[in-house]
Amino acid sequence: MAPPEAATPGAGPPVLQALGVGKRFPGVVALDDVSFGLRAAEVHALVGENGAGKSTLIKVLTGVHRPDAGELRLAGEPVRFQRPFEAQQAGISTIYQEVNLVPLMSVARNIFLGREPRNRLRLIDFPRMNREAAALLDGFGVRVDPRRPLHTLGLGTQQMVALARAVSVQARVVVMDEPTSSLEPREVETLFRVIEELRARDVAVVYVSHRMDELYRICDRVTVLRDGRHIHTGPLEGLERMRLVSMMLGRDMAEVRRDGVTGFAADGHDAARTPVLTADGLTRRHQLDGVSLALHAGEVLGLGGLLGSGRSETAKALAGGLALDSGEVTVAGKVLRRITPAAAIDAGISMLPEDRKAEGIVPGLSVRENIVLAALPRLSRAGIVSRARQDRVVEIFMKRLRIKASSPEQKVGELSGGNQQKVLLARWLCLEPRVLLLDEPTRGIDVGAKAEVQGLIDELAGEGLAVLLISSDIEELIEGADRIVVLRSGAPAGELAGDAVTEPALLEVLADSAPTPRPAEEAAPR
Amino acid sequence: MTQAPATAPGAAAPAPAPPAPAARSARPWYRDPAWYQAYGVYVAVGALLLFNALFTDRFLTTDNLTTQLVQVAPIVIVALGMALVIGTEGVDLSVGSAMALAAALLPLYLGYGLVPALVLALLAGAVTGLVNGVLVSVVGLQPIVATLALFVGGRGLALVLADGQLKQIINPDLLSLGTASLLGVPVVVLIAAGLALAVAFLVARTTFGRQIVAIGGNRKAAVLAGLPVKRVLTGVYVLCGTFAALAGILATARLTASDPSSLGTLMELSAITAVVVGGTPLSGGSVRVLGTVAGAVLMQLLRATLVKHDLPDSTAQIAQAAIIVAAVYVARERRSR
Repeated sequence: MAPPEAATPGAGPPVLQALGVGKRFPGVVALDDVSFGLRAAEVHALVGENGAGKSTLIKVLTGVHRPDAGELRLAGEPVRFQRPFEAQQAGISTIYQEVNLVPLMSVARNIFLGREPRNRLRLIDFPRMNREAAALLDGFGVRVDPRRPLHTLGLGTQQMVALARAVSVQARVVVMDEPTSSLEPREVETLFRVIEELRARDVAVVYVSHRMDELYRICDRVTVLRDGRHIHTGPLEGLERMRLVSMMLGRDMAEVRRDGVTGFAADGHDAARTPVLTADGLTRRHQLDGVSLALHAGEVLGLGGLLGSGRSETAKALAGGLALDSGEVTVAGKVLRRITPAAAIDAGISMLPEDRKAEGIVPGLSVRENIVLAALPRLSRAGIVSRARQDRVVEIFMKRLRIKASSPEQKVGELSGGNQQKVLLARWLCLEPRVLLLDEPTRGIDVGAKAEVQGLIDELAGEGLAVLLISSDIEELIEGADRIVVLRSGAPAGELAGDAVTEPALLEVLADSAPTPRPAEEAAPR
Repeated sequence: MTQAPATAPGAAAPAPAPPAPAARSARPWYRDPAWYQAYGVYVAVGALLLFNALFTDRFLTTDNLTTQLVQVAPIVIVALGMALVIGTEGVDLSVGSAMALAAALLPLYLGYGLVPALVLALLAGAVTGLVNGVLVSVVGLQPIVATLALFVGGRGLALVLADGQLKQIINPDLLSLGTASLLGVPVVVLIAAGLALAVAFLVARTTFGRQIVAIGGNRKAAVLAGLPVKRVLTGVYVLCGTFAALAGILATARLTASDPSSLGTLMELSAITAVVVGGTPLSGGSVRVLGTVAGAVLMQLLRATLVKHDLPDSTAQIAQAAIIVAAVYVARERRSR
């Protein structure tokens, strides 16, 4: 781990510094001895995959979390923010993914919220406020009537308003968390112009994004975090994309190995010739841009890509959980007209969602009820659930997946993560699907359960199920998948098959420097 | 390196570690809020009965108990529907108005016979529920706002239908609904008891019932599991409205008059109270049918006890408030863990 001084080499004194910051949450070490330095007039990229600790670090910097260890220094002076407000007062502004403004108030009121100019009667001086707001926005090249309610503006313009607010509070540091995730290309250009403007005013910018092209375009330096630890800080110029990606993923090119440390068998599966499921040109504004893939019975198709590349969205769209703007899904030769979750299930598609807690388990219900949840209509006659059939299904799957619970009546919320995941797998397997979409099936579960789940995936594919596997764990993806389709910015970026399914090959596609301009959708700006 | 991390490098898991599975069984039942949420209401009912057996004259008589049950029956019926709605993380404020609508329709159609009048009155409740259900599930309004519309509008419509007048009911068949007994048990009580059993079966054993609880427990998961969420939600509000109309009919029969201007006022609050005191969490995901019945009975007994001891009704309200706070408190502590 780098000593604190090494985090800020070269020119310029640090405006904001985190020294050896640690933060734990129950059961997780979110940040472990992380040092981070920010200089005036620099745009500093902060990158890392899921769980790397980016958001926690940002929250420590902006006063949302207090660090358990280490300290923050603002212009060299130690500071302890008790609340986000104190960080704001100290000149640290944050612009979140979701714009956090008041939608029904006017643009000007949003910019000056809490520090409105007053007239002699101590009432808000609206003419002055509107004038100053317009001048401020003008400076960023944004022309908008400051009296308009915020919600009538496009998301991009709203973000500009958030920026204008951040700048007008005399910010010394502006933190941007995925600012471009919902912007049109034209709006991205405006944003970049504003960032240049901020740099010219000596403001330090922390820029969090997964889009490599953006990082290389506007950032001066980059800090890589992984699993809560500091991995690298240095200038972005001259840093190979491939190296950056391998640092993010924790895969050192030199020691890439293929020795079967996962629960997958080494040999591939015999996939059928005709696909069970084909997806053609799946498109959804800002998320998916013409994703096509074919899934064969008896194969595990890996879906690769960095965070935000559209992996989960693809799986969700196939399972009817995400409405599409266009695109076609065919299952066993039949085109699915309107994909709803129920229609997808009827067609034989089952999806294990990425967020087990939010979208999977019903924590207050028993193991039994969670397993049969989707199968209830099939286990019922005239609307009355057959206890016998239900118990049989539950027994079979608890045994087959080795679900450890005190009884089928135990509440799922009380089980370990691995067992919760198995309960969800049981929910989907008891529907006897043809296609199984697995979104991060082993995330956050212990090593034993992980190997069991991986073994099960193998076994299911061997039985003729078509499996789509999404995983941020490169090793799992390489060893588990027979074939990998890689996505980037919601569009297909490449495919690996057969002997080409190797880590170097995958990293190369992931890091591909070929610019993939996001399409200008025809949809009119709101 | 300023300090050594306490954990091994590999322990920095990217996602929360599994929760300790033994979290609940660790504490004895008398210190477990979940126990009080589930069984507290029965203990309270038992304690009140015991208190009255010892200290109140002529309380544990058949006559008095029958009176109490007859009085609480309409609340129980409405609360059963409310419990289903609350199980989906919703609430129905329009039940009092549905009662008034049913009451207003009865005298208008009694001329065609008792059965058509009853069917129409019940249908009015179902339609009220249908409107609520569509507003909640299809339009996507918050339940409290959606049902507020008919809370106001339903009673207005009832008053228009009835010309704003209280009407005497003379149909002997209808009146007998309120007064008749079967084997010494008033029909009203039998209906409420039968309905409670039916709802208990619905919740425990039917697809519909299990889907209600799943939707309340995790709506997103229910959607992704392909549950007919909109249909189930609409159905729940239709049931609730129909139950309210039934309560309105029975109350009208006992009153021997159709009184759309005041029948069922504040009923929504009594019903919600019964549900909450009975241990059903307002956050949805669970429906306690027997608890709801006990909750309604507890509130009734509490008031009766205080009245018998010559304390004013206002004392009863304060005592009821205390019980509600206690019920919400045990539910709150459980959720925050």
